[in-house]
Amino acid sequence: MAGAVPAVSAARGQCAAVHAADHLTEHAAVRWLLIGIALLFLGLFLILPLVTVFVEAFRKGAALYFAALREKEALAAIRLTLTTAAFAVPANLIFGLAAAWAVSKFRFRGKQVLLTLIDLPFAVSPVISGLVFVLLFGARGWFGPWLSEHDVKIIFALPGIVLATVFVTFPFVARELIPLMQAQGVQEEEAAATLGASGWRIFWKVTLPNIKWGLLYGVILCNARAMGEFGAVSVVSGHVRGKTNTIPLHVQILYNEYKFTAAFAVASLLVLLAAVTLGVKSFIEWKHHQSAHTGAEESGDPI
Amino acid sequence: MSHIEVRGLTKSFGGHLAADGISFAIGKGSLVGLLGPSGGGKTTVLRMLAGLERPDSGDITFEGVRVNDIPPQKRGIGLVFQNYALFRHMNVFDNIAFGLTVQKRSKTYIRERVGELLELTGLAGLAERLPSQLSGGQRQRVAFARALAPQPQLLLLDEPFAAIDAKVRKELRLWLRDMIDRVGITTLFVTHDQEEAVEVADEIMIVNRGRLEQKGSPEHIYGTPQTPFVAGFIGESSRVEAVSELHGFEHCHEGAKAIVRPEFIEIGSPRELRLPSASGQGIVKAVFFRGTHWQVEVEVGTNRLFGYRDLEQPALHPGDATHVLVHRAYLVSGGQVSVVENRYKTDPMPVHI
Repeated sequence: MAGAVPAVSAARGQCAAVHAADHLTEHAAVRWLLIGIALLFLGLFLILPLVTVFVEAFRKGAALYFAALREKEALAAIRLTLTTAAFAVPANLIFGLAAAWAVSKFRFRGKQVLLTLIDLPFAVSPVISGLVFVLLFGARGWFGPWLSEHDVKIIFALPGIVLATVFVTFPFVARELIPLMQAQGVQEEEAAATLGASGWRIFWKVTLPNIKWGLLYGVILCNARAMGEFGAVSVVSGHVRGKTNTIPLHVQILYNEYKFTAAFAVASLLVLLAAVTLGVKSFIEWKHHQSAHTGAEESGDPI
Repeated sequence: MSHIEVRGLTKSFGGHLAADGISFAIGKGSLVGLLGPSGGGKTTVLRMLAGLERPDSGDITFEGVRVNDIPPQKRGIGLVFQNYALFRHMNVFDNIAFGLTVQKRSKTYIRERVGELLELTGLAGLAERLPSQLSGGQRQRVAFARALAPQPQLLLLDEPFAAIDAKVRKELRLWLRDMIDRVGITTLFVTHDQEEAVEVADEIMIVNRGRLEQKGSPEHIYGTPQTPFVAGFIGESSRVEAVSELHGFEHCHEGAKAIVRPEFIEIGSPRELRLPSASGQGIVKAVFFRGTHWQVEVEVGTNRLFGYRDLEQPALHPGDATHVLVHRAYLVSGGQVSVVENRYKTDPMPVHI
């Protein structure tokens, strides 16, 4: 294991040092043109917006930046966003795990239908997703009269926001796990069963450890989307200041009121979240890659 | 009473019959090879014995007890998968200990038993390795040790050597044979490699298209195949479309088909043949170098046969006229196989002379 890592990196270093033969590559001008276009595109569409957020946020000094974050309504928005994620992420963790488990480890009727349903939130516009919940639970919706009779508030309140977020972020965990679990097959589980392990033990001792990195990856993406969701949440939230505004909604309100510095300051929180997400994501990918390839170098020795 | 008994086992997957009324019995402590072409239903039979697949009909009994409705967890079997299916996140020790942990054995017992198995399988010193850090042969032995650890009553091996390169495979075969003799456990293994089955098994069952074609010792199956499939599948063979055209087989009725093995054939000049009077004329069609011998294809009448020739003997060339002595043929008629000897061999001088 210890020997494998340097060997791999040495091999990589070698590859980088060797230039492709002339007949295998393009003319220098073509190369630079293509690289230039790619860099320009990257800068224009990814780097520039990110920089703008921070430049605008700090335009009037750090004091104003932090003041914008400490504002009562901003704090309420942050709290609501965290609460929503705290409900939506665990819910989708469990749903996603159960769905992936069912789809990848069992044969049953309607599997394709289930797979399509899991993808539905990706296919439907978030605004429509939000609207569905308004039509279901709103004052004039299907369950509206019954809900108002029993004094239960779903739309324009936390439950509605959580529901809309759960719906929109539903595919992340399941979509991450299904290909992974399908590739791993059921043999390890079958082996565990023949060794006497119960279904519960098989899940905890065999299945879960094999998918932990994929699961974590799915959870992180799910969390990033849950915190950043705008469309669906916007429809069901009602934009009550200090009450039903999440961070993205709060940013929009500030912006519409020409409070640019405050808007960018709050927006920078989401950018930071994205940066952290990407950081953790690449760490997990690295870790996953490492655990999948440890010692591959050594497997060449004879029996 | 037989240890394992299977009666009328049938299983189909969406119209495809993977097992079609298979019945057999396995004695305690014997090593049986389930041999057949890929997709013939061998693995399905194995999985039904393990309880991973539910038969559509038929019964499976272990020591006289029907186990059809007993889940795999409670059958007391050890299963070694084709790709080993080792728990990839557990080291060798934990892999082997898994079945014992499930049985809630004491820590000291587990340590002892795993140590014993590591010793037995020659894996001592590798206990801390992960499966990805092992070679194919080592993984196979870990899978074997893991299956044996809870002391199952029946060991099932699914193509145990398929994923190992040819040279190591030979060593592992002998090792496995030796190991099973020492442990003394009833074993059924699936293979598509007849050399492997012949070398390892006490008894062979040949399965084709979901049906059990023949069961018996390797010598018996080799010497007296009962069905055309077995005659053609076991060993090397040429199919003869008109056996009555071969010298010594004129008494077979016209158009009768037969299967002839290369070891039943001698090809060469009359002086090289053991019984020139029993041989007929043939024309060499092709000659292949096979390392330790020549493989020679000859045409006799409308039939094409192949046989072997020593490297020491003068080389034959395509187009040469030669003599062909066919000692024996498996006559195929109506799904039955009978052995026919060359009649000039047993009776070289007809009575009327």
